[in-house]
Amino acid sequence: MNSLTFDRTNALCGGFFILSGLIFGYQSLTVDLGSWLRIGPGGLPLVLSGLLVLLGAIILVQAARTEGEPAGRIAWRGMLFILLSPLIFGLTVRGLGFIGSVFITSLFASFASYRMKLWMAVVLAVALTVFSTAVFSYGLGLPFERIGPWLR
Amino acid sequence: MDLFSNLALGFATASTLANIGFCLIGVLLGTLIGVLPGIGATATIAMLLPITFQIGDPVSSLIMLAGIYYGAQYGGSTTAILINMPGESSSAVTAIDGYQMARNGRAGVALATAAIGSFVAGTIATVLIALFAPPLTAMALKFGAAEYTSLMVVGLVMSVALAHGSVIKAIAMVVLGLLLGLVGQDVISGAPRLNFGLYQLGDQLNFVAIAVGLFGIAEILRNLEDERTREVLMAKVTGLMPTREDFRRMTAPILRGTALGSLLGILPGNGAVLAAFASYTIEKRASDRPEEFGKGALAGVAGPESANNAGAQTSFIPMLTLGIPANPVMALMIGAMIIQGIVPGPNVAAENPDLFWGLIASMWIGNLLLIILNLPLIGLWVKLLKVPYYVLFPTIMAFCSIGVYSVNSNVWDLYVVAFFGLLGYFLLKLRCEPAPLLLGFVLGPLLEENLRRAMILSRGDPSTFVTRPISALLLAAAVAVLVIVLLPSVRKKRDEVFVEEDA
Repeated sequence: MNSLTFDRTNALCGGFFILSGLIFGYQSLTVDLGSWLRIGPGGLPLVLSGLLVLLGAIILVQAARTEGEPAGRIAWRGMLFILLSPLIFGLTVRGLGFIGSVFITSLFASFASYRMKLWMAVVLAVALTVFSTAVFSYGLGLPFERIGPWLR
Repeated sequence: MDLFSNLALGFATASTLANIGFCLIGVLLGTLIGVLPGIGATATIAMLLPITFQIGDPVSSLIMLAGIYYGAQYGGSTTAILINMPGESSSAVTAIDGYQMARNGRAGVALATAAIGSFVAGTIATVLIALFAPPLTAMALKFGAAEYTSLMVVGLVMSVALAHGSVIKAIAMVVLGLLLGLVGQDVISGAPRLNFGLYQLGDQLNFVAIAVGLFGIAEILRNLEDERTREVLMAKVTGLMPTREDFRRMTAPILRGTALGSLLGILPGNGAVLAAFASYTIEKRASDRPEEFGKGALAGVAGPESANNAGAQTSFIPMLTLGIPANPVMALMIGAMIIQGIVPGPNVAAENPDLFWGLIASMWIGNLLLIILNLPLIGLWVKLLKVPYYVLFPTIMAFCSIGVYSVNSNVWDLYVVAFFGLLGYFLLKLRCEPAPLLLGFVLGPLLEENLRRAMILSRGDPSTFVTRPISALLLAAAVAVLVIVLLPSVRKKRDEVFVEEDA
């Protein structure tokens, strides 16, 4: 083992905690820190941010001494479709209304899997839309517009 | 005497037709999702949490939530036994001998043993909660702000001690969680802070959105990494009824497991998991046929399953009496209470006795419903194991989106879900456990409020935390635990335990 080997996962992890600590620390400096008697809104966050930076540094230092296993496969396709689907729901639920939004969201999320075929995705999305509209909109009476202004 | 009148109130509350109905729906939904492989109890509850808010009545919705919890745990054991895929880390032990039993054609007996063990453990643990909750509540009512602060520190330290993997990473996750809990409006001064200028986020980051993102979405992404067909060795489930010999051999393990689980479940952190492992070790030592273990020993299913369920039950004690969550599931329960307008803590028993005792009574009813429903329904759950995953997760995504949006009708909560889904997946990849983060998030605002109150009460003297005896004792305990988990020898042992668990 030479001195250049280091655990990349843990190095990234340490870096992430340091960065988060710095961001939160910077933000807590913009509000009142207060005094020992009356701790202000920035007091505890600043202390915690400092602690987070410290912990991140320890993880980073430890990472330099060991070689770790690789992080394994990353679900890129899954990330694209799964993470965007709540965003799509959020962006369309007011405009398209509940029915259209549920349909598009579930259709979109279906493509996260390599195994999904187009016709199956459409069937599934229709089924989910019918079920959700019946249960959530009519059954539980959630106060969402079923058909939004974009479709009228 | 008080105990009986309290329990009577509890059963009167829990056994109204509506509440039994909600308990039933919860148990069924919990089992339904818990059975789906790869989705654990925490993820199940996080996903179903928004639905329970639609009920309106806090008692009913918490009863349903508790039902989901037992259901999901039970579902996890079913997958552990039938396809060797524990839905939850606490049923990982059940998989060892349960799956072997299934391969030997005794799947039905293994499932029945798990159900009976869980029911006995649940019944005893319910009585224990009823006995110990009131004195603990009385004690907690004497706690001042300083004691509360120290108590929360103990809770956070314990969650670190019992997390998987690196201790330092777990501490960092707690700190990150605390910071995220403080995002939004400061409770005392009303000043906005740490919100990146995004006022749309509101007073606080939405708890449901974070839980769904960190546990639900991140878990879906992990399952999508590797889309092999699940190798389902589905032994035919026949012969549910254990023989008299089986009953004789499961009695002692069930009782020992219950005792162990009840004790360890109270500890903050995930005591139920620890209890299951400890019980397995003890049963192996106590058995006259230790060579059977690993090859389908009945005691290896009965003991850990009882321990696990008893622990799951008694973990309600710190949540109900002190308002301190013992595990991520209890953190979810506390989050649900806060959203319903109930301040968790010792006052719950005095101010909402129907909620307090109703919840306790519903635990027993929930366990009863599980045993009478699930054994006959086992064929249905087995069929569910065959549902392809690619049909499941669009469904989950649709329901999560609807559910999260329905809490506040704030589209920003959906963006928070996506963000925390990404963060949760990223942290999983970095081998960081999300559970300590969630505990930190729930306790962050409470910790800060009590810390600041304690400082005002002591006129700005931080020594108040060590000069008040109970507070000093609690802090000493926290330091002791932290020192112990950081000691090299203990660390090695701890790693071994978790390696065994992952295997």
